[in-house]
Amino acid sequence: MTFTWIQLGLYLFILLLLVKPLGSYMARVYEGERTFLTPLIRPIEHLVYRITGLRGDEEMDWKTYAVAVLLFNLVGLLLLYGLQRIQSALPLNPQNLGAVRPDTAFNAAVSFVTNTNWQSYSGETTMSYLVQMLGFTVQNFLSAATGMAILVALVRGFVRHSGSTIGNFWTDMTRSILYILLPLAFVLALALVSQGVVQTFHSSQQVSLLQPIQGASNQTINQQTLALGPAASQVAIKQLGTNGGGFFNVNSSHPFENPTPFSNFLEMLAILLIPAALCYTFGKMVGDTRKGWAILAAMTIIFVAMLSVTVWAEQSGNPAITKLGVDQTASSFQSGGNMEGKEVRFGVANSALWATVTTSASNGSVNSMNDSFTPLGGLVPMWLIQLGEVVYGGVGSGLYGMLAFVIIAVFVAGLMIGRTPEYLGKKIESYEMKMASLIVLIPIIIVLFGTAISVLVPAGKAGVYNPGPHGFSEVLYAFSSAGNNNGSAFAGIGANTTYYNTILAFAMLLGRYWLAIPALAIAGSLVRKKTVPVSSGTLPTHTPLFIVWLIMVVIVVGALSFLPALSLGPLAEYLMR
Amino acid sequence: MTQDPRLSGVGPTQGQGTTYLRKQAPLGVKVYRQAIIDAFLKLNPRWMLRNPVMFVVEVGSVLTTALWVQALLGHGEAKASFIGAIALWLWLTVLFANFSEALAESRGKAQAAALRRARQETRAKRLSHPKYGAQYDLVPSSALRQNDAFIVEAGDIIPADGEVIEGVASVDESAITGESAPVIRESGGDRNAVTGGTRVLSDWLIVRVTASPGEGFLDRIISLVEGAKRQKTPNEIALNTLLAAFTIVFLVVCITLLPYSLFSVEVSHQGMPVTVTVLVALLVCLIPTTIGGLLPAIGIAGMDRLIRRNIIALSGRAVEAAGDVDVLLLDKTGTITLGNREAVEFISVGKVSEPELAEAAQLASLADETPEGRSIVVLAKEKYGLRGSAGRDEPRGMHFIPFSAQTRMSGVDLDGLSIRKGAADAIMAYIQQQGKSVPQELKAIVESISKAGGTPLVVARNGEALGVVYLKDIVKGGIKERFTKMRKMGIKTVMITGDNPLTATAIAAEAGVDDFLAEATPETKLKLIREYQAGGRLVAMTGDGTNDAPALAQADVAVAMNTGTQPAREAANMIDLESSPTKLIEIVEIGKQLLMTRGALTTFSISNDVSKYFVIIPAAFASTYPALGAMNILHLATPESAVLSAVIFNALIIIALIPLALRGVPYRPVGAARLFRNNLLVYGLGGLIVPFIGIKLIDMILVALRLA
Repeated sequence: MTFTWIQLGLYLFILLLLVKPLGSYMARVYEGERTFLTPLIRPIEHLVYRITGLRGDEEMDWKTYAVAVLLFNLVGLLLLYGLQRIQSALPLNPQNLGAVRPDTAFNAAVSFVTNTNWQSYSGETTMSYLVQMLGFTVQNFLSAATGMAILVALVRGFVRHSGSTIGNFWTDMTRSILYILLPLAFVLALALVSQGVVQTFHSSQQVSLLQPIQGASNQTINQQTLALGPAASQVAIKQLGTNGGGFFNVNSSHPFENPTPFSNFLEMLAILLIPAALCYTFGKMVGDTRKGWAILAAMTIIFVAMLSVTVWAEQSGNPAITKLGVDQTASSFQSGGNMEGKEVRFGVANSALWATVTTSASNGSVNSMNDSFTPLGGLVPMWLIQLGEVVYGGVGSGLYGMLAFVIIAVFVAGLMIGRTPEYLGKKIESYEMKMASLIVLIPIIIVLFGTAISVLVPAGKAGVYNPGPHGFSEVLYAFSSAGNNNGSAFAGIGANTTYYNTILAFAMLLGRYWLAIPALAIAGSLVRKKTVPVSSGTLPTHTPLFIVWLIMVVIVVGALSFLPALSLGPLAEYLMR
Repeated sequence: MTQDPRLSGVGPTQGQGTTYLRKQAPLGVKVYRQAIIDAFLKLNPRWMLRNPVMFVVEVGSVLTTALWVQALLGHGEAKASFIGAIALWLWLTVLFANFSEALAESRGKAQAAALRRARQETRAKRLSHPKYGAQYDLVPSSALRQNDAFIVEAGDIIPADGEVIEGVASVDESAITGESAPVIRESGGDRNAVTGGTRVLSDWLIVRVTASPGEGFLDRIISLVEGAKRQKTPNEIALNTLLAAFTIVFLVVCITLLPYSLFSVEVSHQGMPVTVTVLVALLVCLIPTTIGGLLPAIGIAGMDRLIRRNIIALSGRAVEAAGDVDVLLLDKTGTITLGNREAVEFISVGKVSEPELAEAAQLASLADETPEGRSIVVLAKEKYGLRGSAGRDEPRGMHFIPFSAQTRMSGVDLDGLSIRKGAADAIMAYIQQQGKSVPQELKAIVESISKAGGTPLVVARNGEALGVVYLKDIVKGGIKERFTKMRKMGIKTVMITGDNPLTATAIAAEAGVDDFLAEATPETKLKLIREYQAGGRLVAMTGDGTNDAPALAQADVAVAMNTGTQPAREAANMIDLESSPTKLIEIVEIGKQLLMTRGALTTFSISNDVSKYFVIIPAAFASTYPALGAMNILHLATPESAVLSAVIFNALIIIALIPLALRGVPYRPVGAARLFRNNLLVYGLGGLIVPFIGIKLIDMILVALRLA
């Protein structure tokens, strides 16, 4: 057990250690300052502007910025959809896979463009290498960079005053990719290859089994098909960009995506690296790193609390199996705990940690089956998603979501001290409240309504395979994941149907852009305001008290919105054991 | 005037709000009866729509009442008695909220009624042309138009707001200010504004009408105190947005619970789905009814607290802005210092002794009725036991020379002695005029007094300099502590004075203000305000003169004295009927209180929800999954009693908090961080704990009464 906590502690330690260097590097990138990579990348950046004909130095107001975001994402969506539909006529398709079904292709295209990476398809049997590389991997970069660009625009809303422009989307986008995502993905991909993650254009390989097995109709099987492909390059960005869409169907529990404990550690680190470091970037850009640390502290405290519950729940094992007299305690001979659906090479601790990491960030990749977690162990990842993906959250999107909570927290706190609330010197007024409320409100509505419709209509109910509260949990999880752009699945429901592909695609679209637009609108409103100087009448927003308050606001909103639904799902399942 | 939190806003603090409270006192029972009637009248859905949170409760009440009727007819989803009880308490929730608003309004209404009596139709003596002695005809006051001229004589009620263009008279303005002492109104200068509804006591005035009927000062005040024109303030709108967001979330939560419950029953093949009655009850318990119900009352009560301090806020926005003020511009005279200078020391020159100087100075001041003159007489008496009165043993043959603007000195001639006192440069010129020389020592003393912030008054006898009387500005007692408090609140105080920078520096240091503006002119004042505003600060100031009007219009919170001129009153967004310059500090506190009360009750309301979940969820779903009963940590008797207790608690807490809403959360200047911590503990943590206790108690009572 001690070893478990040491592993978790080491993970957090390394993560927090990297926050400052990466965070200040990113701040320099977005402020257009010189970095050690500038001599190498600046020429490429200029080349990009020259080829695309985009003016990188033109400042945009929030509406222009938002239109650029939406247009760019729409084009990406259409391209990705088209690519899947005509993949059979395109090269790099050694398995000769046919065109992807329209509903599946639409769902997958939306999923990758919105940084969700919900996958209703099975990668190795549906998508050609070309679609994976030119489609999904490219979108993994672009959707991540879109989130980061929106965040940076919002931060400029706080930093600048009495103006109207919040930066240039094309510049923010290009820099996010060239200076941040590409170099990190390059290094991580090489590290993953060193651990055995495949990176090849070879078609699937037939290999002989060491030990023949009996098939379902009693025939002897001694051959196995090993799916291959250019996996390492996609896995690296899927983790760094909090995308999460696996190259293979079983995602990071596949030995070719995540072969060793070390690759597992690196991938988990990659998931939270940028979202955590962006907090520091934020602090640096607004000129007070304490504000960034305060937000990071609030996130980390929620994360550690949630992680502890999952680890505890999973390590306690399955009560049904305990009743049969099976020993599930951890010892030198076994990891113990609930091992159903987990890889032996990762064990309980690293599976529980992964599940918490991937759901706190809007990553959604898995290295174990969340569906097989204990009720409470499964409740935590689901609730982390339902909190709005703001505990670290997606790259960029996590922090701008959290800033909406900060605005609400500051507003109520400001009233309590008798002053029109302000944050970072900007007065929080009716317009900001409206937009922040939308950011908090919309995912909740999508999740609750989506689930309600699905448990009412026959097409929705048809996909539910499990009885009792667990079946309900699976539907609730699916909509939580899509509505908050997480992408992980409890699994267990038949989601590759026209109904689920369509409704979940719309959930993902609404969950992404109905949050991005209000976030930019806040930036547009803040940037016009004057900066109010700090006085002793100003509420300090970096103190432990404020951190506690922010945590309370996030938790209370999450609890009030989802406790009734959760009590009919995982809570009922837990109490009924 | 430090506010005792127990007293703030509750009752009459010393010397405040005389009229208002006098007229308020006998109402008592009548006020409550009227408020109860109004609470029912406000059930009108069109009125309720203004408050989305309470409108949702009203719709819920209608729905459960319909379900109750259905149950009475024998097709109910639950026992008719249970549904009926829920419906009843939901209606009470709405009524309690309406009652709080009506009660808050009633105070304003009583005040308005009193003011209206002052505004009765009167007859006006309209002049054919604006000149004393011109022909006039008697017309009703409503016939007066802007720029008409009228005459008012002793005993007349002034028929309309206007500006005095001729004459001087004493006017009884107690109808508006509650102050029974008459005030002087005269043409020209800063006392030329008269208000319709006030009464001329002596002499006559010729007045030019500045406001058409129905738009006068009194009309505006009446509509303001009545709340007829009450518009939501920016901050209130922002809070309403947040409350609406919470209401939408809970609406969605409760609406979707029905399909969830149906599905759960279907897949688990057991139990009963949740009833609509319970869902409505859950909804009402969750939406922020406590703050939603009390929000209008809080706003009205805030305005009301100002009225009781005899301040009329011409916009609710200004009251809120007052809580945000970063910079206070305060006039030195009257606010920081007592209006007058006082003699504190006699400094003689040459061979003259101090008692000799004191005697001469006293003699010269015997007839001087200015406060400075009297203070010289008093000081001479206290220090050297010299006779202090000009009355009985006045030496014969005394001839007093009064102060004049030309000579800038005053004095006395007796027994061949000629004593003069006055401003240093005036007396020095006088000495030289007499062919005598001014001693260097005198010049040095004069300079050192000026440097220390005092005013030197030079005394000469027969053209010979005797010495200097040190006149000092007396800083008000306790003002320094008050400014320290302001600093803790994060407010910067700036003293505005016409004095030279030397004097200003000394007084600023003594009073403890953060900054000062010396040799202030209307232009420099305006410039200063603009500079602070450009730096993102909110500025508050008081003023009374016409030349203050531009600065008043520019300031975010501008308080005009009621004694001030019409332009000043037009430019301001608050009017202080008592014309007390220190009011600004109280206004800031009231503004802060207003916001704090909203914040505290919002936090309380939302914290309550967390506790209520533990009551309602196990009760609501116990029929589907009995295992959820484990969440019933309060061990409430039955699911029905649990739901009913929560609804009753939710309604009663509104009544319980009405006094707090009307009185406001006490403000203590302790700095933002501590204030936040204290309020979070009281209203956040309190909000978590109180429902557990309250609901458990109600449940026990219900069980004891066999109602559950």
